[in-house]
Amino acid sequence: MAEMRMRDALREALREELRRDPTVFLMGEDIGAYGGSYSVTKGLLEEFGPERVRDTPIAESGIIGAGIGAALGGLRPMVELMTINFSLLALDQIVNTAAKLHYMTNGQMHVPMVIRMASGGGSQLAATHSHSLEGLYAHFPGLKVVCPSNPADAKGLLKRAFRDDNTVVFIEHTANYGFKGEVPDDPDFLVEFGQANVLREGSDVTIVGYSGSVHQAMRAAAMLEEQDEISAEVVDLRTLRPLDMDTVVRSVKKTNRAVIVEDAWKFGGFGGELSAQIMERAFDWLDAPVARVCSKDVPMPYNRDLEFAALPSEEDIVEAVLAMF
Amino acid sequence: MSIEITMPQMGADMTEGILVRWVKSEGDQVSRGEIIAEIETDKATVELEAFEEGVLLRLVASEGETVPVGNVIAVLGSPGEAVVSPPERKEQAAAPGRGTAQGPVAAAAGAPVAAPARAPVADAGSGRLRISPVARRIASEAGIDASSLRGSGPDGRVLRRDVEAAIAGTLQVSNEPPAREGATARPGGVEPLSKMRQAIARRMSQSKQTQPHYYLTLDIDMTAALAFREQFNQAAGEAERVTINDLVVKACTLALQRHPKFNAEYSEEGLVFHGSVNIAIGIALDEGLIAPALLDCGAKTLGTIAREAKDLVARAREGRLRTDEYGSGTFTITNLGAYGVETLIGIINPPQAAILGVGSVMPQAVVRDGAIVARQVMKVALSADHRVTDGAEGARFIREIQGLLENPASLAL
Repeated sequence: MAEMRMRDALREALREELRRDPTVFLMGEDIGAYGGSYSVTKGLLEEFGPERVRDTPIAESGIIGAGIGAALGGLRPMVELMTINFSLLALDQIVNTAAKLHYMTNGQMHVPMVIRMASGGGSQLAATHSHSLEGLYAHFPGLKVVCPSNPADAKGLLKRAFRDDNTVVFIEHTANYGFKGEVPDDPDFLVEFGQANVLREGSDVTIVGYSGSVHQAMRAAAMLEEQDEISAEVVDLRTLRPLDMDTVVRSVKKTNRAVIVEDAWKFGGFGGELSAQIMERAFDWLDAPVARVCSKDVPMPYNRDLEFAALPSEEDIVEAVLAMF
Repeated sequence: MSIEITMPQMGADMTEGILVRWVKSEGDQVSRGEIIAEIETDKATVELEAFEEGVLLRLVASEGETVPVGNVIAVLGSPGEAVVSPPERKEQAAAPGRGTAQGPVAAAAGAPVAAPARAPVADAGSGRLRISPVARRIASEAGIDASSLRGSGPDGRVLRRDVEAAIAGTLQVSNEPPAREGATARPGGVEPLSKMRQAIARRMSQSKQTQPHYYLTLDIDMTAALAFREQFNQAAGEAERVTINDLVVKACTLALQRHPKFNAEYSEEGLVFHGSVNIAIGIALDEGLIAPALLDCGAKTLGTIAREAKDLVARAREGRLRTDEYGSGTFTITNLGAYGVETLIGIINPPQAAILGVGSVMPQAVVRDGAIVARQVMKVALSADHRVTDGAEGARFIREIQGLLENPASLAL
């Protein structure tokens, strides 16, 4: 085990996969000479050369299309789209091609591609560059959606993504890149998809989060314990597709209350899906309506104070929990 | 192909109807829209039409019978068709409260009846009870009428903790400390209510708010009973040594068998008579109060009552009561004699019909045959639900207890 930041853990995963499998290669905007917008690919160009670590033009649809072609041709590309905001330009390739070919060819074709992108607000990047679109990608059958919250999961899940025979959308929260944690050294360390992680045991309320919101959930749980003697359980979903509802339902049946936390907007969001499934599977165990703590229903403000007011906070979570008692 | 005709629901609040009269008889041909019966609801008598044509193969409900909504009242079919199997009666929908109005209930008195098919609905305000799904489920499983609970959640929602407090309040000891520690009785501070405190508060308020009490007190000359007790205890083993309270339990058991209305409870449908005498005994605990029941006292000798009462008190203090001992009492005795109290006028333990408060046995100057003599006197007070019994009945009942204790030989039987 070694302590490392999440960006280092991601780089370790890429490095190990490049070494392990000669069909793996990386491409994306600024991933080579610049080392990646969030320094995830730093040093990889030097180590593996331009054949396997390729800088691309700013042309998201084209990069994903090239990735799909490479995958169909027998390679295992990792395409970095810099941020999830730009992935909207590649949405047709992702949704209509990458997610569908396996199904539409009755399994004759598959698209083993990993699409990495950064997500989330909080950096004063304003309304167009602060999206949290994890739930959008989770909407489509045919895609797997991975949202790690910590360095060990980031490494284990990314390595697992390279072993998948169809497209994995791998979404990293910008606030998590500097988050430190212990990461196993084992080059065969994998985190399986569809296995939510109970990060903290509790008895009074279940707080469900993924990606960046997990850390807020943990801080809120600590505040609830200290100030209100409320014991909160925190569940980190890790992957939205496949979704491990069993772990969520088991927890809710124990605590009788659920609060869902996500950076995305509440309206039409993934939290609504979670809430509905909790209601469908644990209705008779609920002691309060399922609550959602999400971003305010506005485009993300640029102003720093307004941006923080728009994003969910640990205080919002505490408030939502207290309203259930 | 036969068709079951069921008691229709005429109005959202209708749960049952009385089949007043059959207009048609078994074997009659009926056509669609023809009147076949008259049904009385809370509001009106209405005519029931046949929705299909056919022959009335069988009239299941008899005239004058009260039938829950949805239960079969008749079977319609083609001429000559046999009723394959008599349609089984669905169980009477369990009304809020326990049992039915049809006279004595043989089932263990006070035992939770089958969970109501539908959760009870409070009639106040919006007409719908605010209760969380988990609270509804637990209440249903425990046979608790959720509409009687007060919700402590947001907007008065009945939460899991309220139902659990109610289960505790029938009256379970929980050995857990008050909800939040560190807030004990400091001046100006608020000590949060323990589950037991909440349960006591709710049940005692419920009793005083819904059960109109009347009170009768009298003196019982316990001189003979004390002598009897001494004699009995000389012969009895250690385990069966009898206390004054055991004598009171035995006397009440015999009196209740002779005056069953004090071993009953009130419901909207009628008086529900309990099949056995389960005497609940009030036991003071550090955390509050509990009243577990000695089950089926009518079948027990004085020695057995003494032995089991000792065991019950010990287990109550240790928090090791069995579930069937909570909330199954049909009559309660509360005795503060050991505390030197002269008179104790109790609050009825709902849904029971009465409670007997027992004070200390004290030597008193009384007049016997024109002379003042010292006798051992115990004051008792009967608090009874005036919806169930009236004062004169109460007087006969409490005099029965007095007679039994003043002539204690019958207690040994």
